[in-house]
Amino acid sequence: MAAKLLAHIGEELAFVVPEQDAGLLPINSFVMDLEELAEGNVSNAWAGGLKAARGWLDEVLDGKGKFTAENIRHFNEWHAYMSSALEAGPSGEGMPAWPATWDNNTAAAGTSTASPPEASAAPAADESAIRLNLAEDLELLREFHSESVELLQSVEQGVLVLEANPDDATTINSIFRAFHTFKGGAGFLHLNALRDLAHELETVLDLVRRSELHIDSGIINLILAGGDALEQFTRAIGAQLQGIDPGSPIVVPTSDIIRRAKAAARGEAEPPAVAPQERLGTDAPASQMPPPEQALTAPVLQTAAASAAPPPPVPPVREPVGGDPGGGFVKIDTAKLDSLVDLVGELVVAQSMVVENSEVQAIQSSQFVRQLRQLRRITSDLQSTAMSMRMVPVRGAFQKMTRLVRDLATSGGKQIQFLLEGEETELDRNMVEKLGDPLVHMIRNSVDHGIESQDERMARGKPAQGTIRLSAAHQRGGIVIRLSDDGKGLDPARIRAKAIERGLIRGDVEMDASEIVSLIFLPGFSTADAVTDLSGRGVGMDVVRSNIEGLSGKIEVQSVLGEGTTFTLLLPLTLAIIDGMLVGVGDDRYIIPTLSIRESFRPQPGMVSTIQGRGEVVSVRGRQTPLLRLGRYLGRPARATNLEDAIIVVVESGDAARGLVVDELLGKQEVVIKSLGQTFRHQNLLAGSAVLGDGSVGLILDVDTLVKTPTHSNAIAAVTAAAPHL
Amino acid sequence: MTTPPLNSNAAQAQAGRYLTFSLGLETYGLPVLNVREIIRLCPITPVPRMPDFIKGVINLRGTVIPVLDLRAKFQMAEAVFSERACIIVVQLRSPSGGSTLIGAIVDTVEEVVQFNESQLEPAPDFGGSPETQFILGLATVSGSVKTLLDPEKVFLAEGLLTLSPAQVPEPQTTHS
Repeated sequence: MAAKLLAHIGEELAFVVPEQDAGLLPINSFVMDLEELAEGNVSNAWAGGLKAARGWLDEVLDGKGKFTAENIRHFNEWHAYMSSALEAGPSGEGMPAWPATWDNNTAAAGTSTASPPEASAAPAADESAIRLNLAEDLELLREFHSESVELLQSVEQGVLVLEANPDDATTINSIFRAFHTFKGGAGFLHLNALRDLAHELETVLDLVRRSELHIDSGIINLILAGGDALEQFTRAIGAQLQGIDPGSPIVVPTSDIIRRAKAAARGEAEPPAVAPQERLGTDAPASQMPPPEQALTAPVLQTAAASAAPPPPVPPVREPVGGDPGGGFVKIDTAKLDSLVDLVGELVVAQSMVVENSEVQAIQSSQFVRQLRQLRRITSDLQSTAMSMRMVPVRGAFQKMTRLVRDLATSGGKQIQFLLEGEETELDRNMVEKLGDPLVHMIRNSVDHGIESQDERMARGKPAQGTIRLSAAHQRGGIVIRLSDDGKGLDPARIRAKAIERGLIRGDVEMDASEIVSLIFLPGFSTADAVTDLSGRGVGMDVVRSNIEGLSGKIEVQSVLGEGTTFTLLLPLTLAIIDGMLVGVGDDRYIIPTLSIRESFRPQPGMVSTIQGRGEVVSVRGRQTPLLRLGRYLGRPARATNLEDAIIVVVESGDAARGLVVDELLGKQEVVIKSLGQTFRHQNLLAGSAVLGDGSVGLILDVDTLVKTPTHSNAIAAVTAAAPHL
Repeated sequence: MTTPPLNSNAAQAQAGRYLTFSLGLETYGLPVLNVREIIRLCPITPVPRMPDFIKGVINLRGTVIPVLDLRAKFQMAEAVFSERACIIVVQLRSPSGGSTLIGAIVDTVEEVVQFNESQLEPAPDFGGSPETQFILGLATVSGSVKTLLDPEKVFLAEGLLTLSPAQVPEPQTTHS
């Protein structure tokens, strides 16, 4: 393996030219691979060689990003040296001598590295402004941007691990490598402010990695702040790559973080004033910035000193080779993925049309039947594979919440343990994105209003540390997400009083506790007594519920006063496919989303009563539900004139329910939702359409409209008159 | 030839290739550039509570597209469509950049014809009825008149494809 990498480096070296950057990134990456490979048991000569190469590479990366004639000579010598070191093996027999010029030059390189950044930083008084050379570096910037996004994620996730286990060497290494790679890329693209920041963070992590510095909350906050600043850069780069204000300078204040990093590197304690959730604002006052010389020289010298020193004992750890175990990943344009899913859907329809064709069915050949069966099996496997490609684990969305809880708890002065379960549960990526906002809101509620202050908890005999648990699991063909806390719970009496005060319910209605707590989902309801910084801004649980219903999901709440609250979200796995109930009305077929259906039954005589000769209600378990005759409402002839011959499908949306009168239930079916397009954009009767098994189109009814539409026959008559007679 | 400009009431028929088709005894034409394909008449799923010229929707290889009945649109007598009836799939570029596919049922598709400037003339003014808002112009070929349609006007006219005005939802809670 090492031999192979060395051979690659040799190939790259052949193309290296002074004053150019050709080959720099590949060589850097191969050397990094070698370094990774070398963790553990290698000879001192080998480790020393790597150290030297690292020194030169950093020099080039930190400097102009171009090779000098001297660098190239060194690298060629190095390649020869390393090749023979490899042959010599760990015993060290027949090792070539350590080239005498290297030590000096490494040291010299150290001192000389101090100058290029100085030179490049000096002309610009605003040390943190970077400009993108979009014309020349477009592709490189794209790569750098997407790589950076991943690196920052790994930093953030790493920090969360470190909080729990500050001595996790693997994680420390992965954060170190992330900053290191960042520095390399930024240096290569001459994004100096970015590079300098990454460099300082790398220095701190390097000290940690060598156990010269211990991880404490100060360092964790520093890494987070640094990650935030790098993320701001990355976001700004991303915006410019998308053509938003291209070429404008990107300014992110970094001097404070650099100062803190230096202080940390010197082993000084973190000034306590800086809160972790402090997002870096727009511009740092210029007065706060240290002079650029001072900013840049000290750590560079330190690195130089380190690289001149004999190689330190290598910690016996292995680094993860990035990404999840068990294979690589390919990034695909989601549009391509969607069209693949569409095409596969078509294939399934075409396949079933072939199989059901009467002429085909007449063929009496067992071989042919077997082949058809195989075709069907492959198509259905293909479909489920194509569908699964849209699925991603909820991990990403969940881990963002970890950070949120941490920040909220710090600012609220609460101690909270945040537990995640079932992060590997997969969900359509569109859904994962859209879950973010409702989850943030619910978690804010839990932290701000659910978990009590430490004193209050102690007084109630609870552990001082509150617990919030976020879990995901597959269930009934959907996904269930639960958020529970062991806080003070919802107080039914207070909710009831508030609902009456806000005019949401009448004072004399009888409601059980679970009905009362569900009132928090009504628009205009908020239990926040005081408007806190983070929640209670007038957006309540009603927004959460409408978000979840927008995803064809449901939300429920259970709460025990004094013991805690649990929110349960029931969501479909994907927005592209729904479980639908196919119903027949006359000759038409319609699809009703199964998640909206409470029950369906054939009414018995006496279940339906009429009010004022017009409105019909059906009595379902003691509750009167208004009926909507679907055929009449849609202006289409229905077969059943007598209610006893019809089927009632009770659907619900929000708090409202309706009994839809249909002729028959034709079966449950998973359907791929297709947009009806521009032509039908002004109507709210249909939520979409789907291609049914026979290739024809089925219309998906919008349940929300159906339960809210007036039901009395005058309105229906008017509608029917306006409706076409096709 | 180019697609006639949007929002222009004075869109003129331009020389170019047109697909001609018949509705009853009359012959019409659509710019070839707007015709995506021609398919056989297939089962149409009716869409409730739509104006009667909207026949419904069909599945065009996985894309659901609306189908218009041009006879109904032009308030002509209803006809039983024969074996020769077709759906012309028209592609319209929307101002926002996307494109929309809409099907139109016609009695028969005739041919693609090249019309020169000399064969074209603007739509005559009938003084209200029949309406000429959908018409780009008339083409005369060997004595017979073909009506050239403005696809934007016929298929994208705003407000025609909507439901009756949205009803005010009744505030409904099972708790009150």
